[in-house]
Amino acid sequence: MIMIRYILHRFMWAIITLWATITITFIIMHSIPGDPFAKEGTMTESMYENLQRYYNLDKPKIVQYVIYLKQVALLDFGPSIKSKTLTVNDYIEKGFPVSFHLGAQAMIIAIFFGLILGVIASLYRNRWPDYTSMIIAIIGISVPSFVLATLLINFLAVKWSFFPVATWKSWSHTVLPSIALAMMPLAYIARLMRTSMIEVLNQDYILTAKAKGLRKNAVIIKHAIRNALMPVVTVLGILTANVVTGSFVIEHIFGIPGIGEMFVKGIMNRDYPVILGSTVFYSAILIFLIFIVDVVYTWIDPRIKVTGASK
Amino acid sequence: MKRNKFSFFALVIGLMVVISGCNSFGETEKTSTKDSGKSDGKKEAVEKVLNLNNSSEPGSLHPGTAEGTHDSWILEHAFEGLTKKTPEGEIVDGMASVPTSEDGINWIFKIKEGMKWSNGDPVTAHDFEFAWKYALAPETASEYAYQLFYLEGAEAYNAGTGTVDQVGVKAKDDTTLEVKLAQATPYFLDLTSFYTYYPVNKKVQEENPKWFTEATSYVSNGPFKLTEWKHKESVKLEKNENYYDKDKINLDVVNFVILEDENTAWQMYQSGELDLAYPLPQDVQGQLAQSNNKEFHNGPDLAVYYYNLNNDVKPFNNIKVRKALSLAIDRKTITENVAQGGQQSAYSVVPPGIPDVNGDYQENTGNLFTEDVEEAKKLLAEGLAEEGMDKLPEFSILYNTLAGHQKIAEAVQEMWRKNLGVTVTLENTEFQVKLDREKAGKYQVSRAGWVGDYVDPMTFMDLWTSDNSHNDANWKNAEYDQLIKEAKQTMDQQVRMDNMHKAEKLLMAEMPIIPIYFYTKPHMVKEYVTGVYTPINRYPQFIYADVDMDAKE
Repeated sequence: MIMIRYILHRFMWAIITLWATITITFIIMHSIPGDPFAKEGTMTESMYENLQRYYNLDKPKIVQYVIYLKQVALLDFGPSIKSKTLTVNDYIEKGFPVSFHLGAQAMIIAIFFGLILGVIASLYRNRWPDYTSMIIAIIGISVPSFVLATLLINFLAVKWSFFPVATWKSWSHTVLPSIALAMMPLAYIARLMRTSMIEVLNQDYILTAKAKGLRKNAVIIKHAIRNALMPVVTVLGILTANVVTGSFVIEHIFGIPGIGEMFVKGIMNRDYPVILGSTVFYSAILIFLIFIVDVVYTWIDPRIKVTGASK
Repeated sequence: MKRNKFSFFALVIGLMVVISGCNSFGETEKTSTKDSGKSDGKKEAVEKVLNLNNSSEPGSLHPGTAEGTHDSWILEHAFEGLTKKTPEGEIVDGMASVPTSEDGINWIFKIKEGMKWSNGDPVTAHDFEFAWKYALAPETASEYAYQLFYLEGAEAYNAGTGTVDQVGVKAKDDTTLEVKLAQATPYFLDLTSFYTYYPVNKKVQEENPKWFTEATSYVSNGPFKLTEWKHKESVKLEKNENYYDKDKINLDVVNFVILEDENTAWQMYQSGELDLAYPLPQDVQGQLAQSNNKEFHNGPDLAVYYYNLNNDVKPFNNIKVRKALSLAIDRKTITENVAQGGQQSAYSVVPPGIPDVNGDYQENTGNLFTEDVEEAKKLLAEGLAEEGMDKLPEFSILYNTLAGHQKIAEAVQEMWRKNLGVTVTLENTEFQVKLDREKAGKYQVSRAGWVGDYVDPMTFMDLWTSDNSHNDANWKNAEYDQLIKEAKQTMDQQVRMDNMHKAEKLLMAEMPIIPIYFYTKPHMVKEYVTGVYTPINRYPQFIYADVDMDAKE
């Protein structure tokens, strides 16, 4: 019962957050310079007006705003300005499964190897396994994904032909982009896990557990790792939201039909419906994942309890 | 409760594995089995397949609303207009036989017998009338509607001040198309091979207005038909068995991957996944152009790269200052060491490859000015004195953010600094913002490019008339306007070309813009692919291409 009330409460706030996001995006979007129909070619006055009318841009801003809110309430994000073929809904429907697939694979790699590296580093603090893990982590964070992607393509695909260069046709096509996309979150998780583990290992209850004569592995797995996971879970929501909504750079380099490009190209083209649609979509995903993370807290840490509306 | 905590992670990971196992690849496997079964009819012949890249998801594969090379490259192979062009650039019969017109205003096209759509319907004159009127309709909001403004009443209809019946195109019967233009247009036949002039199957569009958004409902009349379109991923064309000239078509299948990154496309070409690569990364072009690689081809391009000088801003209102800036640029260094695509330095604005009355228009023009640093220094000093200034104030070069444009801007900045002692800053913005600023006149010098719409010098020359919306330099010259106006009203090629040569000389004498180079289309084609040709105003065409599948293996 408390849980249901909690969910309803969160849902209401999610709607309000989304509304605020739409409003702010709408205002910013219309105040930046650049016209969606400007081009380096012939454009008569009347052609321009036809286009404005076609996309409802001839109406006063406030009317456009109300029309848009109505559309979004019906989950219709409208037509794209740059494409007469795909609507914003098409972009999301076709692109999101692809980005999600890629993102999910990347997150598996990132979580799995990130946690292992982090734990190893903390257990062998200031010894060579720690240094090795942290060098990997630093490389992961500091090498931009386009450099890594290019290197992967150049060696694993062009020179040694283990994998296809690019495009999205079969599972083997997904390997290189997944690795390239995983490096950043992997490194992040590893570093966070290391710090968190070290802190936990210095806690009194670990000493107690050891004093009680528990085996080392039991202490580490049952007591240390579980508690050390808390900060990792916290960032996992945001990391996952970032990764599953696609990466412009990775999708661009590997020619992957995901939604990563929507965010960047929408703004470059001043494609208003795409800008709004992608912002709303991203916000919704982020709000949902943060909610999941909050629920997961209560699972992992019994000290956190849902107590209805927060005051 | 305790176990839950770990099983949660197991669950998350497990779930992700399941999800990633799901198929997000569309129906790739199917097509490959279908391919192998299909060649049975033709004595076990191996299917001829060409693989290449399209640099962006097509925005519209409808002739009326298509508006860029990412649309037109596919359209040019799936459709055919009233006329078409041979690899040599000659205009020949397409869907209709090539007519002649005495006055250049009234044209009558006779649709040839046996012309069919890919679904078997006959191609009629009504399909052309329907397609052109659709593109012009204000509700369609086509960005390429202006291509049809040559027709009488077309611009008025598009602007909502005229009716559809006043548009100068009428299908008299199924095979006769009567066209009436607003004024004599000698290059109208060239236009009828352009994609905005392609027909649309009237019956198909009336039944399903969204026919062009998916391969399953796509109907075209050209050498190839669209059989698969995985949005943002790939486009597949197959030979159209209903095409009248199908015996000349060698390829069975053409696969486009949609790939925006030139570097990746180049790597796919190297690994053999692509047979043709265009466009190429800039640094690769340079190396290839100098390497005598047999796969490297460089086609001409109907385009010029230039800098706008804002003639409304002091001291760029002064001819001598403008000329000084132009004369102080070393174009050879830019094309050979910066742009590196085998471009040709431009000393006029109309690129080579357009026929004159005799010979090539650009060759007949020759160089309309020569670079001369000493002369530039002198002109600058004189010009500044005339404007009552002792020194050229600091100004900026505006360009849209792109590595290539930046390198050129840096080179020009250095040349102006070294040769004229001028301080120049660089300013990059997004493309849409640059266009906005140019229209508003809020710039001093800006980078620009122009790609011709049709093969006639007029596609460049009318850009700088006083009322042209693309005249971002804000240059106004009554004599120039008069020369262009006269050239537009006559069918006499001699008079037209003479006027345009005169106008171009005038333009370069006043230098409102600084031409830098004429673009080229460097591309790579594997040696086992033959018959690819590059018309001046098109991407490399593979209509008649052939692939030696044995050599490819």
